[in-house]
Amino acid sequence: MMSILDYLTRRRKKTASVAKERLQLILSREHATDSGPDYLPALQKELLAVISKYTHIDLDDIKINLEKDGDCEILELNIALPEKQNEVA
Amino acid sequence: MSKVVVVTSGKGGVGKTTTSASFATGLAIRGHKTAVIDFDVGLRNLDLIMGCERRVVYDFVNVINGEASLKQALIRDKAHNNLFILPASQTRDKDAFTIEGVGKVIDELRESFDYIICDSPAGIEKGAMMALYFADEALIVTNPEVSSVRDSDRILGLLGAKSKRAEEDLEPIKEHLVVTRYSASRVETGEMLTIEDIQELLGIDLLAVIPESGAVLHASNAGVPVVRDEVSNSGQAYQDLVSRFLGEDLPMRFLDTKKKSFLKRLFGT
Repeated sequence: MMSILDYLTRRRKKTASVAKERLQLILSREHATDSGPDYLPALQKELLAVISKYTHIDLDDIKINLEKDGDCEILELNIALPEKQNEVA
Repeated sequence: MSKVVVVTSGKGGVGKTTTSASFATGLAIRGHKTAVIDFDVGLRNLDLIMGCERRVVYDFVNVINGEASLKQALIRDKAHNNLFILPASQTRDKDAFTIEGVGKVIDELRESFDYIICDSPAGIEKGAMMALYFADEALIVTNPEVSSVRDSDRILGLLGAKSKRAEEDLEPIKEHLVVTRYSASRVETGEMLTIEDIQELLGIDLLAVIPESGAVLHASNAGVPVVRDEVSNSGQAYQDLVSRFLGEDLPMRFLDTKKKSFLKRLFGT
């Protein structure tokens, strides 16, 4: 049964989970750039320059993730290409 | 063997000084000879929270500069004769802090104290970096709120990279999470991050949860660390913090609302 109190508090119910999701995203992004070598941001920009010669993308479309597995470091590149019609002529 | 523990958070106003004062006092109550150092040069506050502001003669910077001996600068707590406060300088600037200068004071304290608690200033400037540099363990004070969690995460990164232990490749600083200003009722209505959320985000062990309480303000008004307020929830939570830090296995308290409020009963949930 829905109480009056439930009704009054309902519209704010989800903010804690929103907070958690936002933090998860930003922290993982900050960790990726923090822990990696200093050249990661530059690498990202140069990749953008190269890819821009062929198609139009934003800096945000390039995701760089560096994962450590023991002594082994894995550089993961995720580049989201746009739809065909956006290609540079 | 002596232990240096930094109380830090990145963000200001989350309860570092309150935690430092209660943690140090609690350790002293348990019989450990404890010194608590204020690293907040220019914005000294630990002396107020500890209730010794009128007895400050010399400060940390005086000791570093050789203008006073450590013995002259340390203020003995009125209630516990094994507890000492080293106040921050209110007038000097933080450039007086050097690794050599601070290190010398820490080394001297290590000779006669069991615990040396470093109350860090907010931010990640020199004072904060000096406060964490010599730490063996760290209390990360975090509020259940986005900016505080992010800043704590940042500080954890610095503890792992810019401390003496990190630079010399020694065993890493032992990190403990202390969640302050926790409101069980707001967690229950989904308005506040849960303890599990914060632990999951920061990935460190939980040492204590301090509930939001008016007792903290009363304590700072009176200049008596809240750990000595044995009837308040936050006083008891700080006592638990000290016990757990010393190795006791105690269940977390004050995580749930005790009972339904009169209004809630009336409206029937």
